[in-house]
Amino acid sequence: MLYREAGQFKSSYAADQQLFPIRQDRIGIILLLAVAFLVIPLVAGEYWFSAILIPFLIFALAALGLNILTGYAGQLSLGSAAFMAVGAYAAYNFQLRVEGIPILFSFIGAGLTAAGVGILFGLPSLWIKGFYLAVATLAAQFFIVWCLTKFPWFSNHSSSGVISAQKVVILGHVFASPREKYLLVLSIVAVLALAAKNMARSSTGRAWMAVRDMDVAAEVIGIRLLPTKLLAFAVSSFYCGVAGALYAFCYLGSVEPDGFSLDMSFRILFMIIIGGMGSILGSFLGAAFILLLPIFLDIALPWLAGLFGLPFSNATVSHIQILVFGALIMFFLIVEPHGLARLWQIGKEKLRLWPFPH
Amino acid sequence: MSRTIGEVILDLQNISLRFGGVKALTDISFDVREHEIRAIIGPNGAGKSSMLNVINGVYHPQEGAIIFHGQERKKMEPHRAATQGIARTFQNIALFKGMTVLDNIMTGRITRMKASFLEHALWLGRAKREELEHRQKVEEVIDFLEIQHIRKTPVSRLPYGLQKRVELGRALAAEPSMLLLDEPMAGMNVEEKQDMCRFILDVNDQIGTTIVLIEHDMGVVMDISDRVVVLDYGKKIGDGAPDEVKNNPEVIKAYLGGGH
Repeated sequence: MLYREAGQFKSSYAADQQLFPIRQDRIGIILLLAVAFLVIPLVAGEYWFSAILIPFLIFALAALGLNILTGYAGQLSLGSAAFMAVGAYAAYNFQLRVEGIPILFSFIGAGLTAAGVGILFGLPSLWIKGFYLAVATLAAQFFIVWCLTKFPWFSNHSSSGVISAQKVVILGHVFASPREKYLLVLSIVAVLALAAKNMARSSTGRAWMAVRDMDVAAEVIGIRLLPTKLLAFAVSSFYCGVAGALYAFCYLGSVEPDGFSLDMSFRILFMIIIGGMGSILGSFLGAAFILLLPIFLDIALPWLAGLFGLPFSNATVSHIQILVFGALIMFFLIVEPHGLARLWQIGKEKLRLWPFPH
Repeated sequence: MSRTIGEVILDLQNISLRFGGVKALTDISFDVREHEIRAIIGPNGAGKSSMLNVINGVYHPQEGAIIFHGQERKKMEPHRAATQGIARTFQNIALFKGMTVLDNIMTGRITRMKASFLEHALWLGRAKREELEHRQKVEEVIDFLEIQHIRKTPVSRLPYGLQKRVELGRALAAEPSMLLLDEPMAGMNVEEKQDMCRFILDVNDQIGTTIVLIEHDMGVVMDISDRVVVLDYGKKIGDGAPDEVKNNPEVIKAYLGGGH
């Protein structure tokens, strides 16, 4: 009943092409943003900001980046964490070596540096596809982490490549508390998510999807394959780079190259598989799911064990986590390959017709 | 409006195409005049689709010359053919399965859209304006093909006949001067074929688009085409008006076998 389009007539193409054509969606997103920007900072505690909300937003941004490349442009990549590492180390070095550079410029610089590296490792995509390309991006994953460990210049000669992020200062204001950092991350993620949505609904996004769905037809229509793929690599890496910079500056504070492991790349890939390929919303849903599930299991499993009077250790929890993870990923691949975002969409379509079946 | 067939706009001279040792096309020459409907027919494996692929630059012939609008064409990429006004459809539908009908047809106008990805990301003036202008054009194509009711449907959910129509729409959206259709009526029932014929004739008549058509349905070919070229085993065995071709002994032999 609440989610009906009845009575919403569009009398121009502009009205039909707006960001959220359905009124309820518009209200929903405004409410969501209001809650995120106004309500949460008032009610959430320190633990929520630093352990849940900030990492959620940062990983959602990285997942969004990978989704642009894999979900929209169809180029499989296993190097997301490495591009995050490039972003983190680039932002650190911009702050360190460029006198008086504003932190936001460092973040943008971090994104651009990652974009440059992304283009470099995207070049093979013209000749190889699918799993073979994934292997090529795997090379990026190992090479970049090795590079950052091997050359001490990147970490300003610190031991084992650990960097400590500088203070986050914007216009003289120091973003020190988790609440302030949350608001900063939220603003950046909101702007970049809007930009991604805009690209996805314009001819840039259509070119990516055309290359994903049928590259021969795309070329015959007049889409040049190499620039289109490289643009996807660049934009995707830009997003991952900014996410990496935020990861270092607003989440952990100090990071080492080995922290950006293949394991993390896979986690980001699982986020978009579970959340939904080729969906902006899916990136957020997937990130929330992957990050919240372990926390949920941490709380729920000992409680369940206690209920049945079973002995329980932390090791068991982590083993069960891995099991549940694997099972869920298989479940999604079989039952709903388009992920949570698709389930959400199906739910909305059902609501539009409710109480009638079709 | 009565159309008048104009000058030769595409001249193919002594085209030979080989894949390794396999000769796909051997010494084929024919031309296409402005505003005409030119059919290419022949038994399976005669090289018809290869011929279309040569015209729009997917394949590069080893020998021969292609003269398009009076200029000899150098070796070129398929996307260049698109910018020169050549659009095509495929034998096996090559739509973008994950996108809606509207987005598929919008993609057809991609060579005319100039805004960069940054303008798209920020949704600045030109990006927004272009989306609207081109939507207008795309809606004209949608009206023309009578597919208004499915414009927001993902193409993978459409039945075969409608998918073929959407693919034609995507090609038309580019406003091509030459349209290459690879078996536009394959697998259709009589009604769908009639609809498709009507669209092809209307495109040719009202917009003046030159059409190069591969088709197996001889009734259709003989009815709608101005001139027909017949290929067999990569060689040209007939060329001319439908009636001439129909009575050409070599063509009859190719289609019915040597015994007749």
